[in-house]
Amino acid sequence: MIKNIEKLCNICGVSGDEDKVREYIINKITPLCDDIRTDSMGNVIALKKGASSDKKIMIAVHMDEVGFIVSEITDKGFIKFQSVGGIDPRVLVSKRVVIGDKRIKGVIGMKAVHLQNKSEREKAVAENKLTIDIGAKSKKDALKWIEIGDYISFATEFEQFGNGFIKGKALDNRVGCAVAMELLKERYDYDLYVCFTVQEEIGLRGATVAAYAVEPDIALVIETTTASDVSGTDEHQYVVRLNHGAAVTLMDSRTIVDKRLAAWLYENGNKKGIKTQYKESNAGGNDAGAIHLSKEGVKTCAISLPCRYLHSPVTVAAKDDVNSVYELSRLFLQNTKSIMKIMR
Amino acid sequence: MELIKSLTKSNAPSGCEESVRNIIIDEVKKFADEIITDTMGNLIVHKKGKGKKLMFAAHMDEIGIMVTHIQDDGFIRFAAVGGVNAYNCINSKVVFANGTTGVVSYEQTNGIKDLKLANMYIDIGASDKESAQKYVNVGDTACFVGDCAFNGNIVISKSLDNRIGCYALIQALKKIKNNTYDLYFTFTVQEEVGLRGARTSAYKINPDMAIAVDVTRTGDTPSSSAMDVKLGSGVAVKVKDASVICHHEVRESLIDVAKKNNIKYQLEVLEKGGTDAGAIHLSHEGVPSGGLSIPTRYIHSSSEMSDLNDVEECIKLIAAFCER
Repeated sequence: MIKNIEKLCNICGVSGDEDKVREYIINKITPLCDDIRTDSMGNVIALKKGASSDKKIMIAVHMDEVGFIVSEITDKGFIKFQSVGGIDPRVLVSKRVVIGDKRIKGVIGMKAVHLQNKSEREKAVAENKLTIDIGAKSKKDALKWIEIGDYISFATEFEQFGNGFIKGKALDNRVGCAVAMELLKERYDYDLYVCFTVQEEIGLRGATVAAYAVEPDIALVIETTTASDVSGTDEHQYVVRLNHGAAVTLMDSRTIVDKRLAAWLYENGNKKGIKTQYKESNAGGNDAGAIHLSKEGVKTCAISLPCRYLHSPVTVAAKDDVNSVYELSRLFLQNTKSIMKIMR
Repeated sequence: MELIKSLTKSNAPSGCEESVRNIIIDEVKKFADEIITDTMGNLIVHKKGKGKKLMFAAHMDEIGIMVTHIQDDGFIRFAAVGGVNAYNCINSKVVFANGTTGVVSYEQTNGIKDLKLANMYIDIGASDKESAQKYVNVGDTACFVGDCAFNGNIVISKSLDNRIGCYALIQALKKIKNNTYDLYFTFTVQEEVGLRGARTSAYKINPDMAIAVDVTRTGDTPSSSAMDVKLGSGVAVKVKDASVICHHEVRESLIDVAKKNNIKYQLEVLEKGGTDAGAIHLSHEGVPSGGLSIPTRYIHSSSEMSDLNDVEECIKLIAAFCER
């Protein structure tokens, strides 16, 4: 699975430009599915038939990542851009990016520190003060490689490092994609619809229409979540910790998960020796926010991989946690019958 | 009075509305043709009628807190469920579903200027994490404590937002004899976190018209910000709030029925805040929607204040509207 995560993370797929991720996933999973289709928004909806078709189980994992879009090319050939999804501009200066299908290399730059006035030095740099340098000599030169509207991704290669850690761009949420691909290898009690969704980072948009189409009886979102278990943070604000296992959501800004459902995951995960922790914060939101309010309502839960430095050029996670996320998701799928009984 | 007491005493932050739902089921079962609890936990009370589908919605949930972390020293960290004001929390009591009571306080080093919930904690008097966990765990919710008191026709309690609305719907249902509409009295979940229950229940019911019954703030306290609604001046017919511009026909019909039946009413234009109508009017192809509000002071505190005379006018208007 780590090999697959590496390949997925290195693909560029900013919200609205998920084509290459979609193509990669479809190629890999087609032999595993009973039906596969791409909807009008670009969501991939893969069906794995179950022992019974009485109920529909939905898994949602988003394919898109945060990034940027080219908004203007200056006379001197520098690229102005706007962010796609929530990115803290303080992490941007001097970072390497790739632009468009040709993967043109660029560096995000700003004016030299000795030329900045006091307020510029003290304040976080605003996105509109930054430009990307692609090594073009002029606007005309830049236009040979770049067009307005080209997407921009961080140019970070996936790597394993340290004692069982991984780093890369787009772990959010290619890890979820990889886990879902793995889950498609087995058959479960009910029909399983795995939805690889688009445009989560800009407002859960793909999941909104995917859930409307699937009309699931119960749904699971596999995601990443912020781990702030780093120096300078009080313990009560860690949210989740790396190497403490899969994170189960109780409540975030978009969803209150049914208590019985969250408790089932937490208790049974730990009982089966799968490291499971609660997400100790109500911040953030994911596809569950859209799915649980679809039509007449859908019982929806979320399992997340703890990640440090989310929405930055480099996200860090632990391999053991990836495995816990997979194991806990699998446990959920193997027990949907009894889970739905509890929910009644 | 007893029903208002038991409704307001219920411990039901968003997502944990079961206790309120059970009280309501007991009250309405003799007056309903059909009672459904849907996926999200909304209670839909159907009273059949020959006419068009009319949905009333009153939310059952209240604001509260959820435990996010228990420290080694036994102090509890929490997140808000709904719009919890940090200053209202200072040294106030919260109670968990199992009866455990805690005091909310704040880190003294930061002082109360720019107070944030992240710098606050709940103290249940536990000496360490292990003893705290005997009573409270991560994910548990609690509501604020605020006993129900009556000064004549004035009621002061926690969670009048929106148990007083639930009360009005229940009492109206009991009064209705010859309804022209096909009635769906809906007691919704998770309004305080974003009108969530109203959205899914409206989709299910697919009504022809809808009216949300909720509380609204007043502008009649010393130096309060501008608002034309007054305590004791009757039920408020909503014109707009931040979530909905009420359909003119719904608003005009409500006013018309109020006038014909000598029901004391006032008009409500609420600048901030929303109600279930905000979600309902955007359901399916759109639903003409309006709102009836019970004027309430100190909303989202543990000492909300309403006037039972206004509640009575609200009940009369709901019942008369259903029979028009």
